[in-house]
Amino acid sequence: MSCIRSIVAVSFLASIGVSTAVTAQEMISDTTARKQPLTTWGVQFEEFEYRYSDDDEELGVWNADAFYGTDDFKVRLLTTGEYEIEEQAYETLENQLVGQIPISKFFDAKAGVRFDTPEGPDRTYAVLGVAGLAPQWFEIDANLYVSKDGDTSAELDAEYELLFTNYWILSATLDATVAFSEDEEIGVGKGLVSTETGLRLSYDLIDRAFSPYVGVVHERKYGDTADLAKAEGGGTEDWFAVIGARIAF
Amino acid sequence: MKPRFLTGLLSLLMPAMVLAGEYDLTVDRVKIDTGDFVKEGIGYNGASPGPVMRFKEGENVRINVTNNLDEMTSIHWHGLILPFNQDGVPGISFPGIKPGETFTYEFPIQQAGTYWFHSHSGFQEPDGAYGAIVIEPEGREPFRYDREYVVQLTDKHPHSGDRIMRNLKMMPDYYNREQQTVGEFFSDVSENGLMNTVRDRMAWGDMRMMKADVEDLQGFTGLINGKGPEQNWTGLFEPGERIRLRFINSSAMTYFDIRIPGLDMTVVQADGNNVQPVNVDEFRIGVAETYDVIVHPKDEQAYTIFAESMGRSGYARATLAPEEGMEAAVPQLRDPARLTMADMSGMPGMDHGNMAGMDHGDMDMNSSEGMSGMDHSNMEGMDHGSMAMGKGGQSDPFYAKGSGLVPTAANGGKFLSYADLKAQDPLYEDREPTREIELRLTGNMERYTWSINGVKYEDADPIRLKYGERVRFKFVNETMMTHPMHLHGMWSILDVGADQWNPIKHTVSVQPGTTVYMETEVDAPGQWAFHCHLSYHAAAGMFRKVIVEGGPESTQAKTDVIAKDGGEV
Repeated sequence: MSCIRSIVAVSFLASIGVSTAVTAQEMISDTTARKQPLTTWGVQFEEFEYRYSDDDEELGVWNADAFYGTDDFKVRLLTTGEYEIEEQAYETLENQLVGQIPISKFFDAKAGVRFDTPEGPDRTYAVLGVAGLAPQWFEIDANLYVSKDGDTSAELDAEYELLFTNYWILSATLDATVAFSEDEEIGVGKGLVSTETGLRLSYDLIDRAFSPYVGVVHERKYGDTADLAKAEGGGTEDWFAVIGARIAF
Repeated sequence: MKPRFLTGLLSLLMPAMVLAGEYDLTVDRVKIDTGDFVKEGIGYNGASPGPVMRFKEGENVRINVTNNLDEMTSIHWHGLILPFNQDGVPGISFPGIKPGETFTYEFPIQQAGTYWFHSHSGFQEPDGAYGAIVIEPEGREPFRYDREYVVQLTDKHPHSGDRIMRNLKMMPDYYNREQQTVGEFFSDVSENGLMNTVRDRMAWGDMRMMKADVEDLQGFTGLINGKGPEQNWTGLFEPGERIRLRFINSSAMTYFDIRIPGLDMTVVQADGNNVQPVNVDEFRIGVAETYDVIVHPKDEQAYTIFAESMGRSGYARATLAPEEGMEAAVPQLRDPARLTMADMSGMPGMDHGNMAGMDHGDMDMNSSEGMSGMDHSNMEGMDHGSMAMGKGGQSDPFYAKGSGLVPTAANGGKFLSYADLKAQDPLYEDREPTREIELRLTGNMERYTWSINGVKYEDADPIRLKYGERVRFKFVNETMMTHPMHLHGMWSILDVGADQWNPIKHTVSVQPGTTVYMETEVDAPGQWAFHCHLSYHAAAGMFRKVIVEGGPESTQAKTDVIAKDGGEV
């Protein structure tokens, strides 16, 4: 900085006297943050809720993701879990770590790994997916999973938001899973495995950072998966009343 | 902030310095109280906005800037013509001012008028680091006034600049609370019919664009001279006086539509340069622009200065009154602005005719509240010319025909257009440009990326100009947002079709779906910033470095750096 100041002094003297030779040294290269890719991060809990089923099952459920990175490459951690409150056990617990790059104006591709560590057997999968915004404002997240043992499955998440007002928002979600091979140990049959549909009415209480909601969720198992569940003595269909909050920070 | 003039003795010793002023500014952490919230921010000499810096044309100024922050800072003298190493852009003009350091800016004042200054580091400017500059001319001014006030606007947000940028990157509609709702769907249905409304929503949904995407950043409190609407900054006057109001828009993101119900305004200056006087009822001030207007209140009453944001999500308010404490009525905000298909017309590959089977007639019905009583069948086959009549019968050549953003005066009177601006005293001979450079303004709202010619600053080579040429810049706005483009160091001669009377500006607003030309006499060697002045657009990449090669002050070493930097033009 003192260097700059002396240059200024020199140029000032020069402008009074000798010539107007303003210097070359200060033709600097831009190494400021502005010239670097903008790095950003965010954490969002799309769902953070308590569920109460039509047969008195109580669950604590979350579905969240955190990202860090630039426009060109992000690392994203996705986590989702269902905790059985009475049995004190995780019905589901999935964690994904993926890298994400843009592939079109509205879509990103993702690749990474998924670890399932619920009560019962664990699973590790490779993940390949696309996520983005489809025409007519459908948020889409579609993933293909291949387990260590070679079992493959696919999952589609779709979400649509209806704005009653700019603060009262009804969001409709659909989550469907299809398996291309059976994984009996974890109760997955070939074909359409399950769907989860939800309707949640939220109110943006603090910006978009804290939006409490109430809603209903319907879970259903299909085909061979339903048969496996019945054989275990479990149900194949559940209705839940939910209360929770969408959180972003 | 009184200048400490050097003594007569010193000026005798240094006859080259006819007039020299020394000024001190400190960059400080300050509290900003908007009336709605109190927020930690950054200011100058202990306050935000900083002091009004009053210079005199012909003076050499020395400004000692002391950085009391714990981070780097800088001051850019917005609109001032000066040596590039005094322009205050870190990484382009100089390295910046380190914490605890004092940097002395030193340059001759070669112009007069209303300008402003602000930090060019990070988001310090949205956080409060800005102030006004008033330069008294050497000669007489071509208009009379008895009293003058700086009226400096900003859009103070409760969130810090860093937080806002992060939220916009995470959710681009984070701050947009004017989105179309179910209620608006039904009111559109009753106005335009079910099928038209459905087709309209489908067409926008197909593009994944929001008609409501007028303001990225809502939830601010509009401030005038640091005062919120409730705090009501008041300028006093004696009835019968002519008052010069120096409007400066120092907002991070917000355009304001300004009116003073009950008073005509005569616009006499834009961006520091005198224009041929225009009488208006209302005008829109783009981010970073300045307009000087003269008002002539004759009655012993208060008048409200009402500045509505372009998207109608907020406002600033102040009062002109004969006595402190007097107030006039504060108008209601008008309905939120809605973009139309015309505003999308700059996007590549958009063929309106094919879009979900819509024709322009349909679009116009959806965009125009004023035509609800019309028979729809008569609107088939409307041409572009009549689309311009969209809102309230107004048109403006600087907006796309049929644009939803065309401003109208609240009282139905005259709204200032760029087309009304004619230079009072052209600075340059009118001549043919030596070449044209096209700059497409590009971006992706869903990713919140903003760029020029599809390239963000981080990936861009500098724009190279040659000293002595006159470059015609062609801005093509391919986005759905308005961009106030600011070239540092050299004037932007806005092409309003008035040839030698084209107005001389430092910031040129380019509306969605339009092409705007400006010409620049390349008369300032060195390197300069050139960017969209919306803080979060500039930070997201709508920014360039301009290198002026050659000129009387060029040296060999300069070209070495140039070779290292590469170049695109």
